[in-house]
Amino acid sequence: MSTGEAVTFWILVWPALVGAIGMVLARNAIHSALWLVLTMLSIGVFYVLQSAPFIGMAQIIVYTGAIMMLFLFVLMLVGRDASDSLIETLRGQRVAAVLLGIGFAAMVGTGVYRAMDNVTPAGLEQANAQGNVEGIARLLFTKYVFAFEVTSALLITAAVGAMVLAHKERRKGEKRGQPETMRARFYPGNYPGPKPGPGVYATSDSVATPGRLPDGTLTDRSISKILPVRELTSSESAPKGTEK
Amino acid sequence: MIVAQDPTLQDFGHDPWWLIIAKIVAIFVFGLVMTLLGVWFERRVVARMAVRPGLNQAGPFGLLQTLADGLKGAFKEDIMPRTADKVVFFFAPTIAVICGFTALSVIPFGPMVSIFGHKTALQVTDVPVSVLLVFACSGMAVYGIVLGGWASGSTYPLLGGLRSSAQMISYEVSMGLSIVAVFMTAGSASTSQIVAAQRSGQPISFFGLDLTAPGWYAILLIPSFLIFCIAAVGETNRAPFDLPEAESELVAGYMTEYSSLKFLLFMMSEYVAMVGMSAMVTTLFLGGWRAPAPITTFWAGANSGWWPLLWITAKIVIMLFVFVWLRATLPRMRYDTFMRLGWRVLLPINLVWILVLAAIKVLREDVDSTSRNLILAGAIVAALLAALLWPSKKKPPAPTLEELAKSRPAGSFPLPPMDLQVPPSPRARRAVAEREPANVGAAPEGEQE
Repeated sequence: MSTGEAVTFWILVWPALVGAIGMVLARNAIHSALWLVLTMLSIGVFYVLQSAPFIGMAQIIVYTGAIMMLFLFVLMLVGRDASDSLIETLRGQRVAAVLLGIGFAAMVGTGVYRAMDNVTPAGLEQANAQGNVEGIARLLFTKYVFAFEVTSALLITAAVGAMVLAHKERRKGEKRGQPETMRARFYPGNYPGPKPGPGVYATSDSVATPGRLPDGTLTDRSISKILPVRELTSSESAPKGTEK
Repeated sequence: MIVAQDPTLQDFGHDPWWLIIAKIVAIFVFGLVMTLLGVWFERRVVARMAVRPGLNQAGPFGLLQTLADGLKGAFKEDIMPRTADKVVFFFAPTIAVICGFTALSVIPFGPMVSIFGHKTALQVTDVPVSVLLVFACSGMAVYGIVLGGWASGSTYPLLGGLRSSAQMISYEVSMGLSIVAVFMTAGSASTSQIVAAQRSGQPISFFGLDLTAPGWYAILLIPSFLIFCIAAVGETNRAPFDLPEAESELVAGYMTEYSSLKFLLFMMSEYVAMVGMSAMVTTLFLGGWRAPAPITTFWAGANSGWWPLLWITAKIVIMLFVFVWLRATLPRMRYDTFMRLGWRVLLPINLVWILVLAAIKVLREDVDSTSRNLILAGAIVAALLAALLWPSKKKPPAPTLEELAKSRPAGSFPLPPMDLQVPPSPRARRAVAEREPANVGAAPEGEQE
C-alpha cells in the first residue's frame, strides 16, 4: 500500500462499515437503503484505489445510481411510514440469526484473511498495461465474449419475464379514446352541459334546495347524493317576515 | 506557429498541493459565478423573448439582482416541517450541490499552461474514466432531489421526487448510449483525450473521393449529439422536462417545503448541474476548449496559453442559452409522453445508430476498398429498393363535416347550423331606434320625399 492509498483506505473504511451496520440496524426501510448507498459508494472508491477505475465507476453508476434508485422508488411508493414490525413470529429467531451471522462473518473473515496473508499482488501492471478500460474491453469481447453474451441473454430473459408477468392484455375496444368519449357525451339521452346548480332563492340559500329547469320543474340532478332528505318544521318553512 | 499542448493522462497527478487547492477553489468560484450570472442571464433572456424588459433595477443591467436575492434568501426563516425526516431533509440539498461541483472537476478548461513555473493542465484532474465520473455524479445528484422530496413528509414533494427518480433512470440510459458513440470514435473515456481526438478532421475516402471528416463530434456523430442534448435537459430537470418541479401540478415539486439556505442550495445545484452539462456537451461534442474553426486559420495562437478559457466559457454560455431558449419556447411535456420519448424513441434510435457506427468503423478499418465500395453500393441499393417497394396502405377518405353531422342519431344534442351566418347585433338596431326620435322633429319623413 502506498501512503495515499492507505490514507484513503483508513478514511473510507469507517463509512463502509458504519453503512453496513446501519443498514442492518435501521428501523426505517429508506434509512436502511441510504446506509447501503454509503457502503456502496465506499466500495466504489476502494475499487478505484485498487487500480480498477472502470469497475469502481460502474459500481457507483449501476449499483448506487440505478439499482438503489429503483429500490428507493419502490420504497417511496410503499410509503414513508412503513417500518417493519418488530414482533417475533418465530421464538428466538433473532438470537439465532445474530449468532449464526456473527459465526458466518467470522468464518469468511478468517478465511479471506488467511488466504490473503503474505500474498504479493502480481500481474496488475500487465493487466493494466494498455489502460484499465481497454484491458477489460479486450477480455470481455474476445476471451469471455460467450459468457458475456449468455449473461446478457439471461438478463434480457429476466426483464422480458418481468414484463410478461406485469403486463395486462387489453383488447382494442376496451379503452375508450377521446373521440368515443366525446361522441358518447353528445349521444341522445345524455345531457352534455354541466349539471344545474342548487337553487339560491329568496326563501332559501341551502344547497339542499333543488335547482329549476327552464320549464320551471325541479331537478334532482342539482342536489348531491350524499345530502340527507329533511322535512322542514312548520316554523322553518314559514316565510320569514322582514316587516318587524 | 505555436502548437497547443495537449495534456496526456501522464501529466495529471503531479501537481504540488497548493496548485491542487488553487484549482479546486477556482472551479468552485467558477461554479458560483456561473450560478449568479446564470440566473441573471436566464431571467434577462426569457424576458427579452417575452418582449419585456426583465431585470433592470439592482445594479447595471440588473446584474446584482441574483446577489440581492441570495442575501435575502439566506436571512429568511429556515422552516423544518414537523413531519420531515430531519437528518435526510438537511442533507438532501447538500448532496445535490456537492455532486454538481464534483462533476466540474474533470472538465478540461484548457491546454498545458505554466503557473508559477509549474507546467500543468487547466483541469483539476483527469482519470481514464472521467466521463463516467461525471455520469456517476449526475446520477448521485438526483439522490438530493429524490431524498429532499421524500424527507419533506408531504405529498407534492414526494411525487416530485418519484418523478425525478424515474426520469433519471430513463434518461441516463439514452445518455449513456449516446456517449458510447463518442467512446468508440475517440477511443478513450478520458475528457482530455476526447478533446484531443477532436483536434482535427480525419481523412476519409468515399468511392475514390478524398474528403476530410469534420473534427467536432457534434457534426460527425450528430444523432448522438442531439440525443445527448435532449437527455441532458431531462437529466438536469429543465423545461420542457421539468416535471419534478412542475408548478402547475406539484406546487414546486421536490422543493416545496424547503426555505432559506436549503432552498438556495437546491437552486444553485440546478444551475451548477446546467453548467456541468453544458461543459460536458462542449467537451464531448463541440471540441472542448479549442477555438472554433475560422478563428484558428486567422490566428494560430488561439489554442495556446490561457486563451482557451475564453473559448470554452463562450461555448458553455451558448449551451446555457439553448437551455434558456428551450424553456422560453416549449411547453412542459406530459409525463407519459415524456417517458415514451425516452424509452421508445431515443433508445431505439441510439441502438441502431451505434450499430451503424460500428459497421462504418469495421468498413473503414478492416475491409479493403473494393469490397467496401461493393458493400456500400449494396446497402444503398437495398435502402432504395426498400423505400420503393414499401407497402403503402391507402386510407379511406375521411368523411366531411356534413356527412358526420348527418350520421348522428335522432335526438342528439343540437348542433349549430353548418352555414352559420352571424346575425346582425340587436344592440346596433336599438341604437338606430333610439336615434330616430332626434330626426323626427328636425325633418319629417314625408317632406324629404
